[in-house]
Amino acid sequence: MKDLGAPLLFRIMEKRKKKRLREPNPFMGPPLKCAGRLRQIMTRHYYLSRFAKGARPVAWVTSGAPVEILRVFGFYTIYPENHGALCGAQKMGPELCAEAEKKGYHSDLCSYARIDLGHAFSGKTPAGRLPRPDLLFASNNICQTVLYWYKQLSHQWDIPLITFDTPYNFQEIRSGDIHFMVRQFEEMVPELEKISGRKYSHKRFQKIIRIAAETSRTWGQVLAAMKHRPAPMTIFDAFVHLAPVVSLRGLPVALEYYRVLLNELNERIEEGIGAVREEKKRLMWDNIAVWFKLRDWSHLFAERGVNFVAATYTNAWAETIHHLTEESPFESMAKAYSLIILNNNLSHRLKLMEKMIRDYQVDGLVILSLRSCKPYSVGQYDLKRLLMERLGIKSLIIESDMTDFRTYSEEQARTRIEAFLEGLGV
Amino acid sequence: MTYFAGIDVGSLSTEAVIIDEDATMLGYSIQETGADPVRAATEALREALSLVGVSREQLHHVVATGYGRINIPFADRKITEISCHAMGAHHLFPDTGTVIDIGGQDSKVIRINAEGRVLDFTMNDKCAAGTGRFLEVMAGTFGVPVQELGELSLKAQKEIPISSVCTVFAESEVISLIAQNRPREQIIRGLHRAVVSRVWGMAQSVGIEGAVTMSGGVAKNRGIVALFEENLGHSIHIHSEPQIIGALGAALLARGEIHQK
Ligand SMILES: Nc1ncnc2c1ncn2[C@@H]1O[C@H](COP(=O)(O)OP(=O)(O)OP(=O)(O)O)[C@@H](O)[C@H]1O
Ligand code: SF4
Ligand SMILES: [Mg+2]
Repeated sequence: MKDLGAPLLFRIMEKRKKKRLREPNPFMGPPLKCAGRLRQIMTRHYYLSRFAKGARPVAWVTSGAPVEILRVFGFYTIYPENHGALCGAQKMGPELCAEAEKKGYHSDLCSYARIDLGHAFSGKTPAGRLPRPDLLFASNNICQTVLYWYKQLSHQWDIPLITFDTPYNFQEIRSGDIHFMVRQFEEMVPELEKISGRKYSHKRFQKIIRIAAETSRTWGQVLAAMKHRPAPMTIFDAFVHLAPVVSLRGLPVALEYYRVLLNELNERIEEGIGAVREEKKRLMWDNIAVWFKLRDWSHLFAERGVNFVAATYTNAWAETIHHLTEESPFESMAKAYSLIILNNNLSHRLKLMEKMIRDYQVDGLVILSLRSCKPYSVGQYDLKRLLMERLGIKSLIIESDMTDFRTYSEEQARTRIEAFLEGLGV
Repeated sequence: MTYFAGIDVGSLSTEAVIIDEDATMLGYSIQETGADPVRAATEALREALSLVGVSREQLHHVVATGYGRINIPFADRKITEISCHAMGAHHLFPDTGTVIDIGGQDSKVIRINAEGRVLDFTMNDKCAAGTGRFLEVMAGTFGVPVQELGELSLKAQKEIPISSVCTVFAESEVISLIAQNRPREQIIRGLHRAVVSRVWGMAQSVGIEGAVTMSGGVAKNRGIVALFEENLGHSIHIHSEPQIIGALGAALLARGEIHQK
């Protein structure tokens, strides 16, 4: 798999698509038509990245970082976490994690970090080849792990690391915090000019901000389509269709894609097409996706007439980023990026989940506890209890990792899921 | 007369229970699961049927449960142990609000409603701590039968705490305690405490409500039961044969399915 060119990748994906068409799942509605387009966009992005080196400055970026600022300088952006998810879906998690563990990294470290470091040490990737970055850009609004992980890369390759430090939001965002963050942006600009060799342009920035906000808003509409009964797509689809808003945000291609997707979903709603043929129960998901189980689980639930219609994870890119405004790009960026779910307090999360459960008419909640992602997994038992008390909603906690399936036990997960579904009466 | 059967294919033991249409339990059989779960299930069912003098043809409906449920060819339906232990415990002790099932590889805490339906539950993760398997390994280390472990634990006046919850580390801890000539009963009591604390911790995440019923083979261990009762501050329901509660629940659900129709 080492040096797979895009044409070959395309062909493999076409083959997969055909296979899927040949044996449609009788419990699921027709697959989304634009899935092929999504695959092309993402494959192309990874494929072109290898030619980016030299032609454009390359940055590796954390999923919660304010990437809009980099786009002003024409950075080609790679998202190691997205790459980690790709490795997870291709069932390469354990192999790459083991590469990092060989160098002494502990197996309790986030598996995205282990995969990325494993890739950095071994060069292994299902994406052919990733371009070595000119810049590392990390924000601690998702976790502290990324700082140490990116520091390691910066050290190993001797390349600059820029961090964006977001104060944790305990209650309310304070004006001092905003000032602190805006100052960081101001300090970044000359650095970015130096690294990229391009000048800052406010007009270009405003345009990027506009596109990013619109992309986030459209992504929100895509998710909101699942409020309909039957929901026109499943959260398992959304996990996959999330990639552009995460990693191509601020570029026109992501926005265009979501407009197409939204149209398709609206058509489905009009025609009453559901992602699950017979939607009996609707569930909500908390935490990152289990990438190596997406297909299995979407079938497992669909067989019982159960559809996942909402997730706090996919919602994260629709929750705050649409508040970006071109009138005050820096301030609005500071707000939007410091208020994302993982940098926000638990009572915020509780309120958000309550609202989503109501808005999406959710019958049950599946909470994934990830040893990898401490900031996402902490407090889940309290959330579960409080939601049960307040809304009487039944919930299930599953333990797994999002990519490293060495920590996953099929039998136990299945028993838990089946018992939960029996409890819901399906 | 029509009859119903429930079969619980666990990681260590396989049980079959036969009930009649009035939900009266007529008889049961307990087998070792061994390497061939289907054979164990077949044998358990055959023995239970012959004990009560009922033929296979008179069985109206069979529900399989337990980790081996998936492969049982003669089951009409497969239901998880969670729902089955809940139903079985509710049937035997109608005031049950919480079921604690500790088997060979799994321990579960299940909260149920007044109809025996599951409200919430939790299970151990992929780890033998807090399971029957842990006790078996330790019994092996002491060279005593697992059936006698509970009595030994009850004999201890004091308790030596075992700091590791991991089976492998706890075993080496025990070996070094044995080497130091520490009293066997006190170490065993410490091991029982380790199992109970582990499951107790799990129980906190779903909450304990109503009367508590214990099921599964470990409920036969009086040392474990005593420590749970100490934590709870009151007594626990223990049926004379707690190992069959899952299979009984499966039989009841088999019957319920027909009655609903
Ligand atoms: N007579 C006994 N006295 C004390 N403990 C016992 C006795 N019989 C069985 N056990 C305990 O019960 C455990 C087995 O329990 P059980 O038969 O309920 O397991 P299982 O249902 O096969 O397993 P699982 O439900 O985890 O798949 C043994 O590991 C042992 O610790
Ligand atoms: S710890 Fe969580 S937020 Fe941080 S990189 Fe890993 S998965 Fe992402
Ligand atoms: Mg059992």
